[in-house]
Amino acid sequence: MRDVSEAISQAHREEWATVVAVLSSRFGDLDVAEEAASEAFATAVERWPADGVPPKPGAWLTTTAHRKAIDRIRRESKRDGKHKEAQLASGDDSSESLGAIDDERLRLIFTCCHPALAMDARVSLTLRMVGGLTVAEIARAFLVQETTMGRRITRAKAKIKAARIPFRVPAAEDLPARVSGVLAVLFLIFNEGYLTSGLGTGPVRDDLTAEAIRLTRLVRVLMPQDGEVAGLLALMLLTEARRPARISASGDLATIDEQDRQAWDSALVAEGHRLVRERLATGVAPGRYQILAAINAVHTSAHDVRDTDWSQVVALYDQLVRLDASPIIALNRAIAVAELDGPEVSLAAVDGLADALAGYHAYHATRAHLLRRLGRSQESYAAYDKAIDLSSNAAESASLTRRRDQLPS
Amino acid sequence: MQYLISVIDVQPGSPGNPTEMAAIDVFNERLRAEGHWVFANGLASPSAATVIDNRGAEAVFTDGPFLESKEYVAGFWIIEAPDLDVALKLAAEGSKSCNRKVEVRPCLDQEA
Repeated sequence: MRDVSEAISQAHREEWATVVAVLSSRFGDLDVAEEAASEAFATAVERWPADGVPPKPGAWLTTTAHRKAIDRIRRESKRDGKHKEAQLASGDDSSESLGAIDDERLRLIFTCCHPALAMDARVSLTLRMVGGLTVAEIARAFLVQETTMGRRITRAKAKIKAARIPFRVPAAEDLPARVSGVLAVLFLIFNEGYLTSGLGTGPVRDDLTAEAIRLTRLVRVLMPQDGEVAGLLALMLLTEARRPARISASGDLATIDEQDRQAWDSALVAEGHRLVRERLATGVAPGRYQILAAINAVHTSAHDVRDTDWSQVVALYDQLVRLDASPIIALNRAIAVAELDGPEVSLAAVDGLADALAGYHAYHATRAHLLRRLGRSQESYAAYDKAIDLSSNAAESASLTRRRDQLPS
Repeated sequence: MQYLISVIDVQPGSPGNPTEMAAIDVFNERLRAEGHWVFANGLASPSAATVIDNRGAEAVFTDGPFLESKEYVAGFWIIEAPDLDVALKLAAEGSKSCNRKVEVRPCLDQEA
């Protein structure tokens, strides 16, 4: 029995997206595909304990889901007095040849992450259709009511249908922009889990980071040549690797220089480093996720914070600034500059960002740290106060308050 | 499938300048040549609108647009496109040609 239930969870992890994708493609309808996939898994739960696990679980589930979908459409066409079945038999071949990469799961991912959908809808739909999370699970992870989440997903599916968002991989010329749209969704899922993890919000939120990594691994399998996909996966792995050391025993946030590096997950670090090296070896100019991954690789290569190669970090930030001139990236660059050229040089750079970042807690926190290092305690205290005011994260406020209260008066 | 592309403007009675009009002509030609064209036109200022309600015993005429808003529809295209990706591409070009924001909305599918 133990084996069967394990086989079912494994099949759910590995086959859900494929079943939904294949059915969506055949029937041109996400709703039908989602419901049929759910029914197929419910049937497996009923039947596998008695009949045994089929030799090819994926094929069994797809066939079962296909039958369920046909049943549903028969029922509906009887009710509507319409005959959609003829359409069904012939309707699916037009979409088969389109797109640069012929993979149903990729089509599903691109459809769920379509730019015509609102960002929160893309996130929810991707977790439901590709990740196989239930509506209740997604609602819990994003701290919204289940009915609200249900409506969000239903509305997104209805728009896909009514506006005819195509079930296909974008044309080669649109691919880079659309891939970065998919990666933005995956990164948002990851951050949603990561930024709140360990804050008493329970294991469901922590699962979001694991789910984001799993989905990014899938996209990597489907698009092995894409450097940014590899970059995002590496960035997630290297960030996740540090998670065990991120929250201190007292429950507040430990910054990278305070973390116990023995607690980092060495397997994840090694895998992240491997991906970064692989991208470097291609000699292709890196995009922003690859550069961010490389920065994280430099940090995780140092066994002690004092061994960090700061000139390398600053050089990578210089590269990133050229791709993305956002003030937040300039702020992160300035933080690295403090380690290379000292707090005075860094503070000058940070102060230059005042107009753009006055409402951003990390700007004030950075100023506070730099002012403290320069011995300007009063100004530092005021900057900590502003940062604490603007912070929305409990562990972060705790860490800022602790640092503020350690200032010499 | 047909899509309505509405041109959104903020200042009533600001027709396209000659450069915009020329760019719109080029875009319209392309729509015709590639088989996307159904219909298009500019609209007079919302102040020229009249609302009619003839659901009751007799028709009631009211001066002015049915919705007062800062933004209004200054013109529209109706295009034929196989799916939203194609419609969005055309709408993006339409937005560039008329130098205004546009909204794409699917017409109800006749086949459904």
